[in-house]
Amino acid sequence: MKSGILLDMKNICKEYPGVQALDNVPFQLEAGEIHALLGENGAGKSTLIKVLTGAESLTSGAVFLNGKSVRVKNPLQAQHMGISTVYQEVNLCPNLSVSENIHIGREPRTRYGLIDWKTMESRSRELLAGFDLDIDVIRALDNYSVAVQQMVAIARSCDISARILILDEPTSSLTDTEVDKLFSVMRRLRDEGMGIIFVTHFLDQVYQVCDRITVLRNGRYICTENTKALDKVSLVGRMIGKDYSELSGSRTSREETGDKDILMDVRGLYKSGTISPLNLSLRQGEILGFGGLLGSGRSEAARVIFGADRPDGGDLSLEGEPALFKTPLEGIRAGLAFCPEERKVEGIVGELSIRDNIMLALQAKKGMTKPLDPDEVDRLTRKYIELLQIKTPDEHQTVKNLSGGNQQKVILARWLATDPRILILDEPTRGIDVGTKAEIQKIMISLADGGMSVVFISSEIDEMMRCCERMVVLKDRAVVCELSGETLTESRVMQSIAGKGE
Amino acid sequence: MEILQKYRRARIFWPSVIFLGILLFNTIISKGEFLSITMMDGHFYGRLVDIFRNGSKLMLLAMGMTFVIASGGIDISVGSVMAISGAIACSVIRGNLFPFFQGSVFFALVLAVAAGALCGAWNGFLVSRVRIQPMVATLILMVAGRGIAQLITNGKIITVNSPSYYFINGGYILGLPFPLYLVIILFAGLLFFTKKTAFGLFLASSGINDKSSRLAGIRVENIKLLVYVFCGAAAAGAGLIESSGIKGADCNNAGLMIELDAILSVAIGGNLLTGGRFSLGASICGALIIQSITTTIYAMGVPPEVIQLVKALLVITISLIQSEKLSIKLLPAKAAAQ
Repeated sequence: MKSGILLDMKNICKEYPGVQALDNVPFQLEAGEIHALLGENGAGKSTLIKVLTGAESLTSGAVFLNGKSVRVKNPLQAQHMGISTVYQEVNLCPNLSVSENIHIGREPRTRYGLIDWKTMESRSRELLAGFDLDIDVIRALDNYSVAVQQMVAIARSCDISARILILDEPTSSLTDTEVDKLFSVMRRLRDEGMGIIFVTHFLDQVYQVCDRITVLRNGRYICTENTKALDKVSLVGRMIGKDYSELSGSRTSREETGDKDILMDVRGLYKSGTISPLNLSLRQGEILGFGGLLGSGRSEAARVIFGADRPDGGDLSLEGEPALFKTPLEGIRAGLAFCPEERKVEGIVGELSIRDNIMLALQAKKGMTKPLDPDEVDRLTRKYIELLQIKTPDEHQTVKNLSGGNQQKVILARWLATDPRILILDEPTRGIDVGTKAEIQKIMISLADGGMSVVFISSEIDEMMRCCERMVVLKDRAVVCELSGETLTESRVMQSIAGKGE
Repeated sequence: MEILQKYRRARIFWPSVIFLGILLFNTIISKGEFLSITMMDGHFYGRLVDIFRNGSKLMLLAMGMTFVIASGGIDISVGSVMAISGAIACSVIRGNLFPFFQGSVFFALVLAVAAGALCGAWNGFLVSRVRIQPMVATLILMVAGRGIAQLITNGKIITVNSPSYYFINGGYILGLPFPLYLVIILFAGLLFFTKKTAFGLFLASSGINDKSSRLAGIRVENIKLLVYVFCGAAAAGAGLIESSGIKGADCNNAGLMIELDAILSVAIGGNLLTGGRFSLGASICGALIIQSITTTIYAMGVPPEVIQLVKALLVITISLIQSEKLSIKLLPAKAAAQ
């Protein structure tokens, strides 16, 4: 299967002002392998890929492609050399048709020099058929799911006769079946002799599909191993440079929660077309999980409780007082806080500084006409940067320049600054490296121990089991069951999601 | 030194340097005559005074436009709102509208500004509540506004005979033209408002990411409504200055195409047209640059037919000077600093 070294990167160094992003990193890719590139945020994965695709120039080092020394100047040139990248966010044109997207920049022409639409469409159909994709190629790309769009992007890369395919976190927005489909395509391409670099945060997926693993940490090369020779625990250990036991040492024994006071009671809260009438209660100082698959209504439930989406009806009471939130501001004033799922779209305000981002919700809570004391804001900002260990030179950096994990921490800081009674976290650890994930889980648990009630939503059941004391499981936009204590086990959650529970 | 450094990095740096540059250029080609200010009947006269007086309309508009653009929108109806404001003021003074208040300049001004604010509220309603694209939403009033103004004046160019109304454009206080005071008062008021409340932060935040801002508890819709109301009121003020200057109301020509200059002022001031962080002072500098260019071109004796072309060339040059990409290419030291 393997047929020699396709790509050989030697002593790659990349310096940004004040930061050594890559320090003498080697990387080898063989033809016919799927090679996982792993590391925490800030390990240098993206920088290495940017250097390889020519989006950034390297400070020193050498790149050999098929044994020949090359210097990649820009992504287009990389494409001509046979290096294609598919990013997490699909970078095709959503309003062009599928077939236009596949052929953009290299449209087949008729002998009059006009675009040959018929050939273009039939070629697109053939190409996609090879990927088990039977879709109407004339329709605009944004009619299709992200998974299909990603598949189209991969098909396009393959059609440009890529020899090296880089997949940068392609699975973070895909469902399980879609992931399986993607993997079978990846395996097929590998067997055809392509070299694939796979960047992901999901370790299970690495073990499902990858042949070899390269780990980076803090811009340094740690190791390259065969997947079979490296078990999961030692892999995580190498990625974070910590012992795994330290990582999983969070709350394992679940406390009895029956005698805690009920803080919030939700009765029949609904929004038509979004969430069926919802009944649940949240106790003082507990972590309540909203379980279920993507689209089960778990995020929607959180949104109507907070007031992010206006509920159509139902009752909600806080400490026995009736309260229903029609806008986020009403929720915030009542002591709720909500970290939304889509961090970049709904969480951060990218061009503002860390300081401004942190003060935003507190200022909104206080009202526009009562500005916060700047010294007080400085104190708060410094406090949370330290408490949450936000990695930044100073608080005046714009948030869009931070890594995903640090952005999440800034949003968390924004809400903690409002001193909430109820903190709702929707996928706070998605797309974040293992180390930061553990940090956020620890913060969440210590907040709950301090008396704050937390609603926690996550796609990863491990994480939910570790943190939650109780869990309501949602399916088809309604609560199907409530689990706690003895009944809260992984298998019961699975059964409920699958519909076999009581 | 530290203040100088801070100024060097501020948004207003380049616009103010360019403005001073244009003034310097004028001084040189006019052999110093440009800067000469004479005192006559207790009033100051001179080219420099003219720039500030004639630029006052644009400065008012630029301030309103800065807020709208910071919110991620745009308002192309300001020229029409100027026409409406002038038409209302003149009609009231003549007694064609509300005969009871005939001759009351004060009531005319209040009603004109209120009408401008109402026009702005309409724009703001379309943008923030109905969620029409700002360009399209304000296009409606841009087209319809002149019709409304014609309705008010019965389709005629009307003139007024009221020295106190003339004062708005032609009056002097302490030797300086009256419109300049309007600009200064409004600027000071806004600066106070943005610094003493969290309005500036909320506006920038809404302009950058309205979804995040809403979830953080900012009433984004109200902020957006507010900026259009303000922009409308500012345009009405500019309309009053214009109408007072021609001593009447000309619905077809008042503020014609001025919306483009207003947007350009904001852009030359270095504010991003995509919204977000803004600087009022920089926009005012932008307006002064445009006004001084116009004055310069006239002073150099360029034939009126090609004035627009010369203006365009100058604007391109100014934009290039401010372009970050270009300055990185030309000044390697700056690239290293980044």
